Amino acid sequence: MSRKNTILYLDGVSVSFDGFKAINDLSLVLDRGEMRAIIGPNGAGKTTMMDIITGKTRPDQGEVYFDGDIDLTRHDEADIAMMGIGRKFQKPTVFESQTVEDNILLSLQGSRSIFPALFNRVTKENRERIDEILETIRLVARRRDLASGLSHGQKQWLEIGMLLAQDPKLLLVDEPVAGMTDAETEETARLLKDIARNHSVVVVEHDMHFVRELGVKVTCLHEGSVLSEGPLDFVSADERVIEVYLGR
Amino acid sequence: MITGRFFANGVTPRVLITMAVLIALAALVPILHLAVPRGSAFHVPAYAVALFGKYLCYALLALALDLVWGYCGILSLGHGAFFALGGYAMGMYLMRQIGSRGVYGNPILPDFMVFLNWKELPWYWYGFDQFWFAMLMVLAVPGLLAFVFGWFAFRSRVTGVYLSIITQALTYALLLAFFRNDMGFGGNNGLTDFKDILGFSVQAGSTRAALFSASAIALSLGVLFVALVTGSKYGKLMVAVRDAESRTRFIGWRPENIKLFAFTASAMMAGIAGALYVPQVGIINPGEFAPANSIEVVVWTAVGGRATIVGPIVGALLINGAKSWFTAALPEIWLFALGGIFIATTLFLPRGIVGTLDDWRAGRKAKSAARIAEEGDRGEIDPSQEQHVVAGPKERAAVLDGRRGGPEPQPRRGGPEPQPAE
Repeated sequence: MSRKNTILYLDGVSVSFDGFKAINDLSLVLDRGEMRAIIGPNGAGKTTMMDIITGKTRPDQGEVYFDGDIDLTRHDEADIAMMGIGRKFQKPTVFESQTVEDNILLSLQGSRSIFPALFNRVTKENRERIDEILETIRLVARRRDLASGLSHGQKQWLEIGMLLAQDPKLLLVDEPVAGMTDAETEETARLLKDIARNHSVVVVEHDMHFVRELGVKVTCLHEGSVLSEGPLDFVSADERVIEVYLGR
Repeated sequence: MITGRFFANGVTPRVLITMAVLIALAALVPILHLAVPRGSAFHVPAYAVALFGKYLCYALLALALDLVWGYCGILSLGHGAFFALGGYAMGMYLMRQIGSRGVYGNPILPDFMVFLNWKELPWYWYGFDQFWFAMLMVLAVPGLLAFVFGWFAFRSRVTGVYLSIITQALTYALLLAFFRNDMGFGGNNGLTDFKDILGFSVQAGSTRAALFSASAIALSLGVLFVALVTGSKYGKLMVAVRDAESRTRFIGWRPENIKLFAFTASAMMAGIAGALYVPQVGIINPGEFAPANSIEVVVWTAVGGRATIVGPIVGALLINGAKSWFTAALPEIWLFALGGIFIATTLFLPRGIVGTLDDWRAGRKAKSAARIAEEGDRGEIDPSQEQHVVAGPKERAAVLDGRRGGPEPQPRRGGPEPQPAE
């Protein structure tokens, strides 16, 4: 497959920590506009993979390309975020002591220099963009509340909203429905499908019902490399996947 | 908020009141000291002018620490170093103003250099006979040190306790260096025996009064500066870095730059405080670099209230007032009392005096909102209020909890926010 047409291209990536191979010859390709679900048991390397893509961890070997020809191994977290990769952490991480609105405001696309921020005025466009995002993440009514007052699920949404505010090309979403109620889980699936209409998305998730709801191609990781890949029915019928992950 | 529209973000009525009080003090105290006759009940004696002038300098130092610690989560245990460096820059100017009136009568060399048999003025003493140059150095030396130190520390992602420890090491290293005679800063004795500042005798009542006013005005400008910075978008970023540094990084900001600006600006504020302090106490010596001094500043800030603007000022005035009283009445007990106050604050008032008052008032407001809701005239409440009211008591508590704004420790890279007790 040609690298040029991909949004994310990992080839032969390995990384080890103190001799433990967290990622072992991993290859994964994501097309532009595609949504992909990543499953796999604990320690399969899902979060490490995200660390590599977002520049937090440098791979020992292998190629990591974004948007066809950007070598991600040469950039750091802030650069990569500005190039258009948004990341949601496993544990919802928002700015607790600030309002929902301000959380989005700080994430809005734009200059990341210090001195403009000292004299920054919130413009009309900023406000409209914030409204739009709050609408998408269903938090309009809570806009002036502190983020610490949100429920667990709402914090997950706020964090997704913060990603959207950066206007990324690719979203990496780590366990978005962990700790959510069934209703919230359904709503989140709808939200992600909305987002996937004009973004590429990688979702790491354990909840198989949720993955089914997304209805996208699935990659199962095990011991740092791809165990199986394809539609959910194909992957969940795979003997090896059943062995290591789904259980008999 | 209607009032909010009239002021730049962050310049709240409370900030304006604080500034007004300080400016009123700057105008009033000189009059009460100089114009009111000695016998009058309203006369402010010379010792009190100097003492309170000193407290105001400490308050400015505490405010500087609050900017980095309260708002940006950087617990500096070395802010006394920036204070002392600003003080030394002022002291060097004052030394050169002595001229040939020193004990040895050398028109160029300060006494201690003559005593050490130095023949020439070291190059780094050049220019300090000019007031403007000395004032520039008051800002530049602490600012540059903080910038270089912060550049390396923040880029290497040194955070939390580790950062606190190296700031402590920084001030200790400077303490040892300034103790050495061959450094050329007067060694153990430091710089003292000052005569004039800008041609006015430092002993004169009018000079003391003017220095007091200068300190009060500097503090009120410091209050304005911190209010404007924390009220800006940059201020929100500081809090973001304090509460969730990695989140800030992953939305594209560089926390190291955010911290570096705060740290440098704060060091310059501390330098100004030190420069105003030295002519009022009449001496600067390496003891000002002592690690214990820097830790005391942390205590003032914690007692008054981190991440509030008035808190550190209140804390610095209260603790130093208590220190003056104790060291006169019960000198051997003072350190126990200071330790006791600090432990009591961390246990019972983790948000400090001002922070706790704010929480209490916010709690009363939420309660009265809830009562109005129970009385059933929901129509009068605006929707954002209703959010709080409709939520159960637990939810409401969570909202209040968040309003604390204090750095609730969150797991993240670098570990939780170090508590002062460490």
